[in-house]
Amino acid sequence: MLDEPPTATPLEEARRQVRICNACRYCEGYCAVFPSMFSRRSFADADLSQLAQLCHNCRGCHYACQYTEPHEFALNLPAALADLRAEDQIRLAWPSGLAGVFQRSGVAMAAAMAAGTAILFLAVAALPGDGPGFYSHLSHAAMVAIFTPAFLFPLAALWVALRRYWREVGGGRTTLSHWRDASLAAATLRNLSGGAAKGCNFEKGDRYSQARRHAHSAAMWGFLLCFASTASGTILHYLFDWPAPYPFLSPPKLLGVPGGILLTAGAAALAVLKLKSDSKLGSESAWGGEMAFTLLLCFTGLSGLALYAATGTVLVAPLLAAHLGLVLTLFLTLPWSKMAHGFFRFAALLRDAQRKSP
Amino acid sequence: MDIASKNPDLIVAGAGNAALCAAIEAAEAGMDVLMLEAAPKPYRGGNSRHTRNFRCMHDAPISTLSGAYGEKEYLADLLRVTNGETDEELARIAIRGSEKALPWMEAHGVVFQNSLSGTLSLERTNAFFLGGGKALVNAYHNTAEDLGVTVAYGAEVRRVHLDGDRFTGVTARVGGAELDIPARGAVLASGGFQADIDWLASAWGEAARNFLIRGTPYNRGVVLRDMLDKGARSVGDPTQCHAVAIDGRAPKFDGGIVTRLDCVPFSIVVNRHGERFHDEGEDVWPKHYAIWGRLVAAQPDQVAYAIIDAKAADDFMPTVHPPETADTIGGLARKMGLPPEAVEKTVAEYNAACRPGTFDGGDLDGLSTAGVDPPKTNWARPITDPPFAGYALRPGVTFTYLGLKVGPDARVRSNSRPYANIWAAGEIMAGSILGQGYLAGFGMTIGTVFGRIAGREAARVLSSRRNGGTHA
Repeated sequence: MLDEPPTATPLEEARRQVRICNACRYCEGYCAVFPSMFSRRSFADADLSQLAQLCHNCRGCHYACQYTEPHEFALNLPAALADLRAEDQIRLAWPSGLAGVFQRSGVAMAAAMAAGTAILFLAVAALPGDGPGFYSHLSHAAMVAIFTPAFLFPLAALWVALRRYWREVGGGRTTLSHWRDASLAAATLRNLSGGAAKGCNFEKGDRYSQARRHAHSAAMWGFLLCFASTASGTILHYLFDWPAPYPFLSPPKLLGVPGGILLTAGAAALAVLKLKSDSKLGSESAWGGEMAFTLLLCFTGLSGLALYAATGTVLVAPLLAAHLGLVLTLFLTLPWSKMAHGFFRFAALLRDAQRKSP
Repeated sequence: MDIASKNPDLIVAGAGNAALCAAIEAAEAGMDVLMLEAAPKPYRGGNSRHTRNFRCMHDAPISTLSGAYGEKEYLADLLRVTNGETDEELARIAIRGSEKALPWMEAHGVVFQNSLSGTLSLERTNAFFLGGGKALVNAYHNTAEDLGVTVAYGAEVRRVHLDGDRFTGVTARVGGAELDIPARGAVLASGGFQADIDWLASAWGEAARNFLIRGTPYNRGVVLRDMLDKGARSVGDPTQCHAVAIDGRAPKFDGGIVTRLDCVPFSIVVNRHGERFHDEGEDVWPKHYAIWGRLVAAQPDQVAYAIIDAKAADDFMPTVHPPETADTIGGLARKMGLPPEAVEKTVAEYNAACRPGTFDGGDLDGLSTAGVDPPKTNWARPITDPPFAGYALRPGVTFTYLGLKVGPDARVRSNSRPYANIWAAGEIMAGSILGQGYLAGFGMTIGTVFGRIAGREAARVLSSRRNGGTHA
């Protein structure tokens, strides 16, 4: 059984490997995957799904493993869990067909980017402007009409998928302390710390590096700041009757400019690190979709910064269309793209907090 | 890499823990070091790959270790497992050296973690490597690389060249060709001979051909034999190896930690004829797995079978291979290729000898049989609840005891005196200190402490000679 080549399904292959890991246990200190694994003697499908979503692909365990190829046990736990993670995110997504396309295919993501941008170019060209600043190219009403459904529908779809996941892994009622533990783990990317070590074994083989943790933190916090910037603009618009454009010393700009810089730089760094890393230690079938998504994040941040820099020039109209087109793509594909991993990962961290203190 | 044209100060044979400690110390002292590793790169590091901790003396909490573990207690632990088969001077050097070694290890890239679940008994005495021994090997290789050490993989030292008591170079087989590589000194850290099955069979008997080798297939003792043939003084019983009872379905080589099978105390163990042959409940498993290695080795075909029922299924660490299972004892015996009637009779006799009492899997519970031979003196519960499960057991060789005699400076000796410029560290000389038995994490202590000594001494002697001085 153990010396068969890994031609099994992701679930079967994960089960084969986890059984070997559970008899070894040398990797206990790396991340949350191992204490969770070692709390069991046998593994139902959902137990393996939970381990897969918990894994942050730091790869410390792989480089430390005495059973990697050419050993007949042929362990490659980061890849086995990455394959299962991608498969589960596709299986649990609603509707799942879209996830199969956007998770796996960089070409599909690129096509979505092109389509999203084209829609906004058409909108800017066809719809009348109404107001100062970029509203002179596309009215506030038009933006709301486009983005409200483009935001709410994907969130609803994602909600369906996360509920499916939560049920499968046996999640129960959560407490404040569960949320605190999961939030802390997510905010600090605790599981990319290598446990007692100094980061991941990612772009420099078996040498530890904090680069990926830092780059991911920048992209994540940058995205959240950009989101907060947009939210603050909405609040100012509706509650304080203070529409765009905003001066530099205003919440949207003070959140958005650093957010955009962090998002752009973080996503660019993640793309570079991904190119340097060994693709065999991740889900090879999802590589293209992941890379395209990372670049989408980077271009979204970059186009936003460029739009701000171009204030008052003829470039505002095309940059506005490009930026809003990329944002539209990001949101519309959210439940089916690599973006979904953040939500599944948080659910897994929440479930793990629950396991540790039920 | 063209290693033939290299002209290193120091050749290190091997690339495991001891070899790396020696190479790093020598390189930090300015030596140009060439490591010759018989294994290809993915299998570098010999048996260090399979280790997980380091037994460390400490007077106060240090790194991940709690409390204190003094020299006296450490030495007493060692003398207990070796029955006094220890060179006490060298043992004390290893023990004392361990305390200073731990911060040195951390400074050279080794990361420790808290003691693993299920190893509570070691949390005061043994520092665990995060990720295990291969992570340690990787960290040291990175450090060595940064120091300019060259490592040739698939490069097996075949012969050591001597001019009287002076080392002049080696012949190594690299990619099918034999190369002569001159150097000014050598550290021999290429392990024991347990992977040379013919050698094992000639030392132990033909039964050894059925043994499994828990570690690397590259520890073939080529350097050890060559040195002994050339007159180096040996230590350790040449006929003995440390063998433990492991999962009988493990690979022939390199199965490592996952092949452990600690169900024996909660089982009855029968041989190929379906007969019990020893008290399975004599002591807790960590103190007894080595005894069972020998017991199984003495059975027909060097195989035995542990049988448990549903009550015991979760009383031991999960196994890498699932057991054979059946709803009847006879059915289980047939699945394992044992005579069903004999096994049924053995189980019935054993069950009849079990007495009421309270079972405690965590400690010696005194729950013993009465009126069966051999008795089971602890954890003796009747085997009655299906499904029944069976695991095959075979002897798994961990290491061999025969090695090179070294002095406190890690220098190898001929029968008359020390060689001028040959040092040894790790398994190849561990028999000096660990003449019998085993103490968890002590192999890594010997390797680290004597590896460091060998590297430093080599650098001291070779650089003083380069500067026109004479060596001691």
